[in-house]
Amino acid sequence: MTLDSLQHGTRYVIDAVQCADPVVQRLMVLGLVEGAEIEFVSAAIGGDPLEFRLYGTSISLRREHARYFSVAATDHDG
Amino acid sequence: MTASGTVTRIAVDRIGVRQHPTGIVAVVGHPNSGKSTLFNRLTGMRQKTANYPGVTVERTSGIAQCGQVAVELMDLPGMHALSAHSMEERIAVDVVLGRMPGIDRPVGIIAVLDATHLYQGLYLLQQLLELGLPVLVALTMTDAAKAAGLSIDIEALQEHLCGVTVCPVVATTGHGMSALRDALTRLPQQAPPKVSGFWPKLATEAQLLAADLPASLTRTEIERALIDGPGALEAYVVDQLGDRGLERLNEIRQRLFGDDPPLAVEARHRYGWVRQVLADVQRHTPVLITWETRLINWLNRPVPGTVGLFLVMATVFQAVFAWATPFMDAIDVGTGILGTFVLDNLPQGAVASLIADGIVAGVGSVIIFLPQILILFLFIIVLEDSGYLARAAYLMDRAMRSVGLSGQSVIPMVSSFACAVPGIMATRVIPNRRDRIATILAAPFMTCSARLPVYALLIAAFVPPIDVGFANLQGLVLFALYMLGIAAGLLTTLLLRKTALHGPKPAFALMLPEFRMPNMRTVLMQLRGRVKIFLHRAGTIIFTVAVCVWALAYYPQSDVLASRLVEDKAVAAISLAGQPLEDKYAQLENEAAAAQLEQSLLGRAGKFIEPVFVPLGWDWKVAAAVIAGFPAREVVIAVMGTVYAVGDSADDATLSERLRSATRPDGSLIFTLPMVFGLLIFYAFCLQCAATIAVIRRETSSLRWPLFAWAYMTLLGYVGALLVYQLAS
Repeated sequence: MTLDSLQHGTRYVIDAVQCADPVVQRLMVLGLVEGAEIEFVSAAIGGDPLEFRLYGTSISLRREHARYFSVAATDHDG
Repeated sequence: MTASGTVTRIAVDRIGVRQHPTGIVAVVGHPNSGKSTLFNRLTGMRQKTANYPGVTVERTSGIAQCGQVAVELMDLPGMHALSAHSMEERIAVDVVLGRMPGIDRPVGIIAVLDATHLYQGLYLLQQLLELGLPVLVALTMTDAAKAAGLSIDIEALQEHLCGVTVCPVVATTGHGMSALRDALTRLPQQAPPKVSGFWPKLATEAQLLAADLPASLTRTEIERALIDGPGALEAYVVDQLGDRGLERLNEIRQRLFGDDPPLAVEARHRYGWVRQVLADVQRHTPVLITWETRLINWLNRPVPGTVGLFLVMATVFQAVFAWATPFMDAIDVGTGILGTFVLDNLPQGAVASLIADGIVAGVGSVIIFLPQILILFLFIIVLEDSGYLARAAYLMDRAMRSVGLSGQSVIPMVSSFACAVPGIMATRVIPNRRDRIATILAAPFMTCSARLPVYALLIAAFVPPIDVGFANLQGLVLFALYMLGIAAGLLTTLLLRKTALHGPKPAFALMLPEFRMPNMRTVLMQLRGRVKIFLHRAGTIIFTVAVCVWALAYYPQSDVLASRLVEDKAVAAISLAGQPLEDKYAQLENEAAAAQLEQSLLGRAGKFIEPVFVPLGWDWKVAAAVIAGFPAREVVIAVMGTVYAVGDSADDATLSERLRSATRPDGSLIFTLPMVFGLLIFYAFCLQCAATIAVIRRETSSLRWPLFAWAYMTLLGYVGALLVYQLAS
């Protein structure tokens, strides 16, 4: 599962990043790295870009970059 | 950029300097971390702004009075990390590394850490701790964190930060400021935190390299050179290593990073530490969701957000027109009275005419728009400060992508509604040069506050104030002109992205700040700055142009016309008496003044270029006013104020009344609706602003782009006005 296909209200944890793209590296500097917990908030009109919540911060990125982050659902909640 | 030329070597006795109590302390933090509010709180009104050497980024510094000690502070541009991404971040990084030529390295750092965004904040903070400078942490937004159910264990945090002092503050209310000031007085004398590198393997390699490098290079700088790759710092390191320098660096990189990008490896290591710290210091307690949170969450959703954005913009334009009117009427009446007073109380002649027709009418006709500009700037500053503009960037990204830009271009464009100069400077956050230039060229099309007076004058004079549904026709025309500017700007970028600025699609990744109530203190301070600039312009450029134009319109005084006036009056006195004679006198004087204006230098120049503008329906007075407005477009009003004041029988009539009654020699009205709409179109497009041209030159560091922008926009304005006039009449 990658970041562009998440469901509302579920927490995920990033488990792998394909980091060749400089934009992806920038997103990693902003905290989207392996081990980070992330939640999907919404998509703008037209389905792009996407908004996520990452440790209390909103961050937005495009679908094309979201694909490089693969995630897994976390078991603990809250 | 030459490699070694841009690197300033740090003096070896830097340690000695650091012990000294005087020197600048840099305030460093994320954008929107409350950094500027804290800085304003610490320094109050004791601030000065200057530019960083060689670039036009504003550098704000000020004095913080902490009891008996005064500490000089410098507010650096917001940054996310030492691996600079945009030009503004680059500047902040260069300053803290002491590599900004002409600026001494700070003697200490106040790291601003947003309590609600500890995750990214700690990343930057860890980098700052490694700089070898004394650090003091100001933990801001502690009230917002509490409201969100976050509690932070300050002692545990200090322990993780190698004993660095952490001062929780609420910058908006001033809570915790005295403790911060107290800690600040001790900061420059403190030793830098003893940190042991975020990744021991990297630290070891850097240490080995340091043996072959000048002692002035810190370990952090060597690490940055290894991680950040090509750039001024790497070039300097390679240069100092001598033969095979680059090969050596690359061998080390291969050992450390393998095939992964160094930046990604750094991020993995640092965020590993950040998560550990967070787990230790931050506790989350569930809070009651208030209706405000619900409302904000609802407004953040795509559809309400987008609809809201348009409603907000429409309200701004309506407010600019509706709220300002009473104040503007008052100023208008005031300048009218002042002009009449001068003419009545000074002996008739050049001096009285200069003051009344030149200075009062010219400058007054621009000052009158101060209320509108205040309202416009207030809205834009509030939108920016509340975090709404970043939200707009997110919502508009898809639309902007269709013209080859990204959501990041939205903020500069919205700022350009106030003034294209700060708007163009705001493009510095756009990393790619082509994207940046495309945005820069679109920015001057946005209706700026200097166009507003021209629109406002013409609309108020020629568009009836009737209600159309819920809105006013005047407001709607103004809104349409704003839309026209946006459309022209976007079409221009689309065109450029397909041709000269063709390139890969711009990327978009943005941190969205939370909505928050703008801090009134910060808003008012910014507003004050903008008003000062406006009044300064009115007092200098516009004053000068108004006086020059008055002189051109007043001289040379024709003796023939003056003696003919005396003769004609004498002739009239033979056949007329009483009121008819007074009327005849007034008519003769008026005709003489009109003839005088026509044979003045301005009249001759206007007549000379008139043929160019006849197809647009302009007479020589309008043509002369428009030409005079090329240095600053609002001057056109001042010039019209002057040329239509000279030779007017009723000196207390307002400028719009004078424009409405202006006629050609054959008696036909000059300001017909097609001509007025053509003139509005001309102003919507034409780049009549020396300041904008100068800032485009500086920001693109080329002559090509400002020249292109000027020629293109002027031509577009002319053709637009021509089409409207010819098709409509």
